[in-house]
Amino acid sequence: MAHEELLAGLRQAVLDCDEPRAARLAREALDTGMPALRAIDGGLVPGIQEAGRLWDEGEFFLPELVGAAGAMKAAMAVLQPALAGGGSRELGRIVIGTVQGDIHDIGKSLVATLLAANGFAVSDEGADVPVERFVTRARELDADLVCASALLTTTMVQQRTLVEALRAAGLRARVMVGGAPVTPAWAAQIGAAGFADNAVAAVAVARGLVRS
Amino acid sequence: MSVLRPRVSVLTREQIEAVVADAVRTLETVGFFVENGPALELLGAAGVRLDGQRAHPSEGQLRHALATAPPRIVVYDRDGTPALDLGGDAVHFDPGSAALHVLDPVTRRRRSPTTRDLAHLAWVTEGCRHIAGGSTALVPSDVPEALGDRWRVLLALLHGRKPMATGTFQKDGFAVMHRLLAAVRGGDEALRHKPLAIFDCCPTPPLKWSDLTCQALLDCARTGVPAELVSMPLGGITSPVTVREMIVLHCAESLSGVLIHQLAGPGSPIIWGGSPASVDMRHGTTPMGAVETMLVDVGNAQVGKHLGVPTHAYMGMSDAKGLDFQCGLESGVGALLGALAGVNLIAGPGMLDFETTQSLEKLVLDNEVCGMALRAVQGVSETSAGEAVDLLRQVVEVGSFLAHPHTRAHFRQELLIPGRTIDRGSYGDWEAAGGPDAWASAHAEVQRILARGNPAPLDESLQAELLAIMTAECARLGLPGLPADPLP
Repeated sequence: MAHEELLAGLRQAVLDCDEPRAARLAREALDTGMPALRAIDGGLVPGIQEAGRLWDEGEFFLPELVGAAGAMKAAMAVLQPALAGGGSRELGRIVIGTVQGDIHDIGKSLVATLLAANGFAVSDEGADVPVERFVTRARELDADLVCASALLTTTMVQQRTLVEALRAAGLRARVMVGGAPVTPAWAAQIGAAGFADNAVAAVAVARGLVRS
Repeated sequence: MSVLRPRVSVLTREQIEAVVADAVRTLETVGFFVENGPALELLGAAGVRLDGQRAHPSEGQLRHALATAPPRIVVYDRDGTPALDLGGDAVHFDPGSAALHVLDPVTRRRRSPTTRDLAHLAWVTEGCRHIAGGSTALVPSDVPEALGDRWRVLLALLHGRKPMATGTFQKDGFAVMHRLLAAVRGGDEALRHKPLAIFDCCPTPPLKWSDLTCQALLDCARTGVPAELVSMPLGGITSPVTVREMIVLHCAESLSGVLIHQLAGPGSPIIWGGSPASVDMRHGTTPMGAVETMLVDVGNAQVGKHLGVPTHAYMGMSDAKGLDFQCGLESGVGALLGALAGVNLIAGPGMLDFETTQSLEKLVLDNEVCGMALRAVQGVSETSAGEAVDLLRQVVEVGSFLAHPHTRAHFRQELLIPGRTIDRGSYGDWEAAGGPDAWASAHAEVQRILARGNPAPLDESLQAELLAIMTAECARLGLPGLPADPLP
């Protein structure tokens, strides 16, 4: 298969949420001598960006968004080892989790999936994550960003504690918050650097934060 | 896949049969009054007992008429694609007609509709995916009354693809309206084969057929254009106040219509429709949003189904004066009950204030009402036994079905995905959008649709043909030319 055809195929596999096809085409790309970086930049990234655009247009819904991210992830698993310098192409390192006392996982996992699909190295700590765990992992990974989700007004306060704890620990990681009750005003009030109310917005905010 | 269709009924089978028996006895003994000469001649020739202008058909004559009326009518859009399948329990919506006013979204007050409003109504109807039929739902004030009925058909044809419910205002209207429709369809026989419009024919309660409406019935029967009976008993004024007796009167008037119609054109398509209303005993108004009105409508539909003819009702409308709680309540309950009753064609969307006022903003909101009602009657799709067990086994560790192929494969069929006027976003999103209310979000949606212009421009040569027919008609009526620009 010609390179252009492979790239178009990878892009379409992402849009079709087809994990096996994405992985197979990624292997074919490497077999034909295509650099992994080209497969990512020319195939997978345009695919996931198109998925984001379709989401913005109201054409794509959550299942398709995670499906596209899943297909991207499957192809990345094939391409990653072939990248020069190992996994050095990441946009930034992120620790993500739902705060302690809160077991809501779906929104947070969606954000984690999309961040990973968009080129961040993401460490998903799951739900009910104590502040100390966020701090420890941020230190271990030298994280650029810590993302904390809260679905309850009663657990939102944990986001404030997290911002303070990271600052007290002297870490450089910045904090992005989200979750149903969370507002931009709350984010500003607790000194969080970023806020997003959906997964697509979270990717854009994260990009902005690691650049600045 | 088999599904249990959710259903509502207000009469048992025995009660339906008793209602029909009462209606038949009413016609045999009380009879119905006919103002139209040719119709009286038809009835007399068929052996119906006449007492002056009052006809007293026998049960056998009525049963015979019912036997020749088709149980199913397919109405096609302007392109010839099937759009309304009227029969069985199929449900379709079309805008309520025919309003004397249009609700102005800026002043939020009613005003007289113009030709431009008629065009915009067609454009917005095209943009409402849950509203399958169109309607000439406004009476334009900028054209002479003598031209109104045919002008509306011209406008509907120039600005929309969906088939239309319409009606005559004058006895001489039918011929021109039929000519316009036949021109688009490619001839009289093509139009008979693939109907493009439904004509409302309204008896006058109690038990009278005026010259005009009776003529419409005859014209429809002879040309094969579907006729829609719109019997409208007003409980406590032109009808007994009780729901059951309203259904009896509706049945009697409708049976008399079927009889005249089938005598004029055996086998011609006819719809068991209606616009009954209970009466508000303080204001003397006839609320379409009253729950008793809806009970009568459901009962009428049950009777029509029992007799084997397609059904129609004016439901899903409100008597509110604007887009408020009452508006949503009455429209929602009516549309849902109509759909659950399996009314084949439900006319109502957009209509306010006792069927006097159309609102484009309400139309786009009602589109969501219709979507919800149509989804409700789809019911619960039956999948294979044990599927839930398998799916839960696969996903229980992951904890979420969001990424599972099963979700991707089914969510678009299972979930009614609402349009922009239904707010399911976060408080923050709503606040950021300026905190829109129903008026604001509906108006924005209407503006979005209108900004795209005519969504269904007619082929240029056909357009010229229609304009030539209308120009000739204006000359016949002694008008100096077209009274308004039909392509505003």
